[in-house]
Amino acid sequence: MDKKIKKAGRHVSQSEGLIFEKSAPGKRGFELPPCDVPAVDAKQALGVQARDGIQGFPEVSEIEVIRHFTRLSTWNYAIDLGMYPLGSCTMKYNPRVNEFVARLEGIATEHPYQPVELSQGCLKILKLLEECLLEITGMDAITLEPAAGAQGEMTGLLLIRAYLKSRGGARKLVLIPDSAHGTNPATAVIAGYDVQNIRSDARGQIDVAQLRSLMTPDVAALMVTNPSTLGVFEQNIAEVAEILHANGSLLYMDGANMNALAGVTRPGDFGVDVMHLNLHKTFSTPHGGGGPGAGPVAVKKFLEPFLPVPVLTQKADGTLALDANRPKSIGRVKAFCGNFGVLVRALAYALAYGPGMRQASEDAVLNANYIRKKLEDVYELPYKLPCMHEVVFSDSRQKKNGVSTMDIAKRLIDYGFHPYTTAFPLIVHGALMIEPTESESKEECDQFIDSMRAIAEEAATTPELVKTAPHSTRVGRLDEVAAARKPILRWKP
Amino acid sequence: MRYLPKSPSERQQMLAAIGAKSIEELFASIPPAYRLKQPLKLPGPYSEAEIIEYFRARAAENSVGYTSFLGAGVYNHLRSVVTDAIIQRGEFLTSYTPYQAEISQGTLQAIFEFQTLMCQLTGQEVANASMYDGSTAMTEAVLMAERLTGRHRVVVARSVHPEYRQVLETYARNSGMEVVETGFAPSGQVDVETLRAAVNAETAAVVVQSPNFFGVLEQAPQLAEIAHGKEALLIVTITEAVSLGAARPPAEADIVAMEGQSLGLPPSYGGPFVGVMATQEKFVRQMPGRLAGQTTDTAGRRGFVLTLATREQHIRREKATSNICTNQALCALAATVHMCLLGKEGLKEMAQQNLAKARFAAAELAKIPGVKPVFSGATFNEFAVELPRSVRMVNQELLKEKIIGPLPLGTFYPELTKCGLVCVTETTTRAEIERLAGAMKKVLEKPL
Repeated sequence: MDKKIKKAGRHVSQSEGLIFEKSAPGKRGFELPPCDVPAVDAKQALGVQARDGIQGFPEVSEIEVIRHFTRLSTWNYAIDLGMYPLGSCTMKYNPRVNEFVARLEGIATEHPYQPVELSQGCLKILKLLEECLLEITGMDAITLEPAAGAQGEMTGLLLIRAYLKSRGGARKLVLIPDSAHGTNPATAVIAGYDVQNIRSDARGQIDVAQLRSLMTPDVAALMVTNPSTLGVFEQNIAEVAEILHANGSLLYMDGANMNALAGVTRPGDFGVDVMHLNLHKTFSTPHGGGGPGAGPVAVKKFLEPFLPVPVLTQKADGTLALDANRPKSIGRVKAFCGNFGVLVRALAYALAYGPGMRQASEDAVLNANYIRKKLEDVYELPYKLPCMHEVVFSDSRQKKNGVSTMDIAKRLIDYGFHPYTTAFPLIVHGALMIEPTESESKEECDQFIDSMRAIAEEAATTPELVKTAPHSTRVGRLDEVAAARKPILRWKP
Repeated sequence: MRYLPKSPSERQQMLAAIGAKSIEELFASIPPAYRLKQPLKLPGPYSEAEIIEYFRARAAENSVGYTSFLGAGVYNHLRSVVTDAIIQRGEFLTSYTPYQAEISQGTLQAIFEFQTLMCQLTGQEVANASMYDGSTAMTEAVLMAERLTGRHRVVVARSVHPEYRQVLETYARNSGMEVVETGFAPSGQVDVETLRAAVNAETAAVVVQSPNFFGVLEQAPQLAEIAHGKEALLIVTITEAVSLGAARPPAEADIVAMEGQSLGLPPSYGGPFVGVMATQEKFVRQMPGRLAGQTTDTAGRRGFVLTLATREQHIRREKATSNICTNQALCALAATVHMCLLGKEGLKEMAQQNLAKARFAAAELAKIPGVKPVFSGATFNEFAVELPRSVRMVNQELLKEKIIGPLPLGTFYPELTKCGLVCVTETTTRAEIERLAGAMKKVLEKPL
């Protein structure tokens, strides 16, 4: 192996088939206590509705289940193994105490329909989290119900829609910068709006003059990510808010990048009317291979009557309750009370930092700027404004040797890192979007920098080595075209 | 701060390397007027011990020590400690959506296995990597049916979970979708004749739940015939997945939208759970959400990737089938591990115990003077009972015996004010059932 690769070494990993391939009749991995009531024959009880066993369902022992999934787990990269610099994803450390408290008896065991007098603990957790998130965002009211960022976006746009409708008309258009995450336009359509994409200016910022020219009575809102997906703070954000408000339009902020701002500045103070937070990003709840998340939506006072039901309320005697009787509400966006277990973890995170949360934002911004400084001589920086929690390079220099951002990303795997985000945002051709988060030590950042510099050198001297990477993984590059052309989406006997 | 791996001197070294005099300089792009001048007013900072103490104190204010007979979309089932041990492995817990397939094969293969298990359970041909929960899976299934049929009218049984119907209503309100609700027969099943009359040539889908909100199993073949007769799709939603260990799956449905909480996830005050969406192969390109597919690598070895991404928001943006991005991957993994542990025999036995215990409970309660079953249709582990008094009042008395009684159906159905929904699973002991029956008898014998 290349002597430049310091972080990672070769390691034997176990081979493992599908669980279905290990199955044999008569094996089992779980036993129930004996049934203490008279047995019932399912066929007799359910008649034609009865089922006799599930064809192909696995039959394996407990140790086989443990080994199967442990082996699979070793084929994954994870934050626990090292830096995971996926831009826009905020892959920070997921504190283990959060997992512990979410599993406590009296927390994990609670039923959403149990009497409110037996749910005060759950409701107090929700209440305190609401208070913390409002303080951090500078907003007035909040719902914790949405299951993830995209559902938060939808909730936010439905709130805007309901508000505008109450003022005379829902309007037709949502403006979205070309740098936005793909969920923004997809969400606007689900909320019943047409999307108008707006171009970023030469610096990658919202083009204020263009925005002004787009102000018509049709514009319901602008959805803006701040800091933008370039990792740059929208310096004219307050002016943008003024332009929108003068037109009777609202400012929606996608809070995906809140990790740069917590404790530093508050969206509520710079004119944002409604925003969502991704608790699985800024608030450290684990990504778990793609969820669960939580996407609370915080709003200004005038939007409060429209929040989804149920709304957490405090009675005169100080006890908490859930109020579902809200005539102006947009309705319910999800059954029950949101992803409660995720909300518990987010509160545990907020309590660990308390007023010191600013330090996390500072370290996140420090890491991104450090990496930027140390790599800007070898990778092209298409937008030069100061960055915050993430930095976006382009592959234009490496492209001259036929090496793309995806190739560099795959080669980074050989160096022991998870790739950064590739090919996003769309306004950067061949983007390398790097978000280290505050969880990386100087040592880990230095190793990443050394690796990226070594790969830049390889791209110049031995481009084939980079273009055929990764060379150290269990499987090589996978045939995605074949997978999509003739999809095999399940095992069959 | 214990989560931050930098010494003060390292921070200074890094600032110096950047060429900044202070950390403030790095925030210079934020207009000064909007920079916070003082620390956030938050409780903390708390040590690990204080965090645990805080949540233990909150847990003690909840229902610990009570015996519950609540179900209604959230069920108590046995879970092996193995499930949590597996899903807390950092390689699963702290990884992202498996976009980089070469270093995500663990997650990808687990999703592929989840998709397979969900197909086997539901009797469908393909299943996706997960949706948020049952309520949003059902709503997305309706949106999918709209795309497939080009129609915008949906007929929903009133015996579908009331909160699921509320979620559908929220999504429908702004999309020009017309939602028509249809009632239930004395059996507790969908009233077939009313349904037949409600389905017409503009109907995109018929939505039913089985077992339905009253615990009664629906007859999918007959309902499919009615829907298909007008070229509408049949969507079957399932909130109690364990029922599929004893009851035949709705193979005639075009889309199954299921809540997978019963498959190894704790009630957790309503989430996070795992939405399941399964359908037929011919519909897969209109299916929302992520899909893992099998393929080969450059050396011909089997591997897995996320596939058919051209349906999704990160590629298609405003033309995507759905805006879903983050789903419930770790919950889907928990369900996968749990299903593998239970296996063919374990799931069957668990389902049969639910059936047996619910029958026993229904018989015990029916012995109480004035307590009657509400519906005649076959049930799984939930059933509705009519009480001679207000369910709420009875429940207040039961709480004194540390029993959380039946869910008052009047909350959602004005015509069922005297009815309650009782749920009994394999976790409920015979002694607990007898205690409920005894306490309820005592309460109802007391003069008003």
